[in-house]
Amino acid sequence: MSDNNIIINLKNIFVSFDDEPVLKGIDLYIRDKEFVTLLGPSGCGKTTTLRIIAGFVEPDNGDVFFEGKRINDVPAYKRQVNTIFQRYALFPHLNVYENVAFGLRIKKWPEKDIKAKVKEMLALVNLSGFERKNINLLSGGQQQRVAIARALANQPKVLLLDEPLAALDLKLRKEMQTELKKIQQELGITFIYVTHDQEEALTMSDTVVVMNNGEIQQIGTPEDIYNEPKNAFVADFIGESNIIDGIMVKDELVHFNGIDFPCVDKGFGENIPVDVVIRPEDVIVSSPEKGQVKGTVESITFKGVHYEILVDIGDCKWLIHTTKFAEVGKQVGLSVDPFDIHIMNKSSVPLYSDDAPASEE
Amino acid sequence: MTSKKVMALPYVFWMILFTIVPLGMVLYFAFTTEGGGFTLANFAEAAKYMPSLMQSIWLGMLATIICLLIGYPVAYIIAKASSRSQRTMILLIMMPMWMNFLLRTYAWMTLLEDTGIINDFLASIGLPRMHLINTEGAIVLGMVYNFLPFMIMPIYSVLTKMDKRLIEAAQDLGSNGVNVFRKIIMPLSLPGIISGITMVFVPAVSTFVVSKMLGGGEMLIGDIIESQFFGATYNPYLGAALSLILMVLVLICMTVMNQFSDDDEEALLI
Amino acid sequence: MKFLSKFYLAFIFVFLYAPILVMIIFSFNDSKSRSVWEGFSLKWYKDLMSDSAIIDALKTTLIVAIIASLCATVIGTLAAVGINAMKKKLKGFLMLATNIPMVNPEIVTGVSLMLLFVSIFGVFSAIGINLEFGMLTLILAHISFNIPYVILSVLPKLRQMNKHSYEAALDLGCNPLKAFFKVVMPEIMPGVMTGMLMAFTLSLDDFVISYCTSGTSAQTLSVVIYSMTRKSVNPKINALSALMFITVFLLMLIVNIRQMRDSDAKVGAKR
Repeated sequence: MSDNNIIINLKNIFVSFDDEPVLKGIDLYIRDKEFVTLLGPSGCGKTTTLRIIAGFVEPDNGDVFFEGKRINDVPAYKRQVNTIFQRYALFPHLNVYENVAFGLRIKKWPEKDIKAKVKEMLALVNLSGFERKNINLLSGGQQQRVAIARALANQPKVLLLDEPLAALDLKLRKEMQTELKKIQQELGITFIYVTHDQEEALTMSDTVVVMNNGEIQQIGTPEDIYNEPKNAFVADFIGESNIIDGIMVKDELVHFNGIDFPCVDKGFGENIPVDVVIRPEDVIVSSPEKGQVKGTVESITFKGVHYEILVDIGDCKWLIHTTKFAEVGKQVGLSVDPFDIHIMNKSSVPLYSDDAPASEE
Repeated sequence: MTSKKVMALPYVFWMILFTIVPLGMVLYFAFTTEGGGFTLANFAEAAKYMPSLMQSIWLGMLATIICLLIGYPVAYIIAKASSRSQRTMILLIMMPMWMNFLLRTYAWMTLLEDTGIINDFLASIGLPRMHLINTEGAIVLGMVYNFLPFMIMPIYSVLTKMDKRLIEAAQDLGSNGVNVFRKIIMPLSLPGIISGITMVFVPAVSTFVVSKMLGGGEMLIGDIIESQFFGATYNPYLGAALSLILMVLVLICMTVMNQFSDDDEEALLI
Repeated sequence: MKFLSKFYLAFIFVFLYAPILVMIIFSFNDSKSRSVWEGFSLKWYKDLMSDSAIIDALKTTLIVAIIASLCATVIGTLAAVGINAMKKKLKGFLMLATNIPMVNPEIVTGVSLMLLFVSIFGVFSAIGINLEFGMLTLILAHISFNIPYVILSVLPKLRQMNKHSYEAALDLGCNPLKAFFKVVMPEIMPGVMTGMLMAFTLSLDDFVISYCTSGTSAQTLSVVIYSMTRKSVNPKINALSALMFITVFLLMLIVNIRQMRDSDAKVGAKR
């Protein structure tokens, strides 16, 4: 915390809407020039967190600091942050130029400077020459770029992005991901990015904040989050996982699926129920006699780079990613290296399920 | 956030003063004697006018049904036309509605007179003259003429919003034209019909202009209320009681109607 | 089928327009007769123009309609913005109250306002101030029945608006007032204009409520027409009808052309 590089600091934030708690004690600091992603399923509170920083939601409890100063009482229009809204919120009655110039006009910049700035911003987002275009005639990707230019023209210290790419198709989304990252590095400002797409979060961020049910589950680099998930929720939400009930027999030994597995975790105590997480790509498929456990191949699906197979090992099924083909109905042996077995305390939060509604709010 | 809600305050005050309080006064007068004491006598006296009320309801219902029968096909035909001609036709339907209500009714007065154009025409082709004005038929005709657009508009707007693919889906599933209409179009246009019925019935049942101008001496409930406040028989207490009865009647009718359509709020808002 | 529907529509339009046309034609008739044509004349128009009661009523009608529709537009637009920001329960209650004047029989609304004014006059006369029905009561009554129509034409525009537009303006440095005028107003403007036009036309057209709230000092055209139709045959009314019909016709034409341009622009935008 002594880090004086910290630009935004949230302390013990609580928010509820209509007596429904939305944020339950959020503690989060964000360093200057960092690309931070708030990641979580819909309704987890990530957008609310962003809106607290922007100044659109007032926390019921807790403090918001900006460069060390408490800004709870500073209205949105006086904060040095700008937002890119979900569906952009461009002003339909203004053209591209006027949209980008909007904030500068409010600040009463001289027309000459506005002109230069708008030009610079449109060049930054590859929209030079679009000044006089009608906003409503632009494609989704172009509208997105105008929204970025409009927010950045104000020279914010922090840019807040609320699922900015959600409305774009897959190919365009990938392009914009790279471009946003490039812009962030070029300008050297802080980006706080909200998304429910774990791949997007892993690709773009310096730091990922995984949220669920109004609480932060884990903060870390993309590598940390993926390789060392702190609990079953994170493991399940980031990438695909096998989550198996197990018993920690003692340090470095865990029992599940009827067998003792050596592992590298310790400090859980003896005979403690735990969640065991194994990534599908960490399971090694071999002949039945070579594996730690045996099972029958139930299905196999070609996924391009790898096969996804489901192996029935009696009391549960394992999802496995492998480059080797295995015939359905065939017996196979499965084994896992000790350092690929991740042990977690039994989590109290419900696991992420795919049938949650797709959009926030 | 709160600052926006505050913007409704002037209206809230206005509404309380000019909508809620006046209705409260109707309620108060209805239960008050001239001296200011509580009484139910106004309602006992109002009971004398039950035949007029019944007559108003009967004529209002008749006009409403005729409007529905004439208006639904109009709305349907317009809704099926190209969007450019839809606009023109809707404009043509609306335009008479924006002309002064009294002048429209007056126009019929001159047509229906014993020496009016219709009778002169009948006479010129050798038919006997008919007594048209100052009849119940004339009242109903006046109501239909004046309120027909109120029936056409909501039905039309529901029909145009209807998803065309539903009709195609029904045909795809084997419905013929009649079935498509009965099973798809009709039920889906119900909210429009309901709102059309209320928009015609309410002004029809409470009118006093149409009956005065086309109905001669016919006293409908609206005429009786009017005469309690503006006529020689000045009695605002009885007038208030009658107004209250009319209001409750309309309220009941609307509630019943809204039972038929599930998005009741929208139906009221058209 | 095609022919049948055309024929049916034509029949309906004849039904709607024939009475008006007959009236317009006979406004140029040289005699008092309303069924026999006796030559072209403009004498009823001359009569109309020299009828001071009608000219006064026309002035009153216009003044009332202009003031009432402007006031209703301001109050109604503000109200719509406020209501739109409210929670469901409060919103529901206010919308219910807003619907009252629209569904209540006009005669009931009229007499209820009359009772209100009579009582207010009573209070004032007790302290020695004598008030009576006139321009002021007319305007107050008209504002009251106009506001709901403004609210109902502005609310959908607010609902259609990107709910983040206002926040985006705040985000870019506008204070709430500036954000409202720079971003919200331009977007809801079509609804506001429609509401105002509707209020204006309703005011012009209103009879029942004006009848209940006008005194002898200020009467609207509708009220004067009513007393004229109660008396003897008067072809001046025909002339008046013709003039009013032409006015409405031109007004509607303007409104429609505006709307057409609006929706054409929208169709273009979607492409």
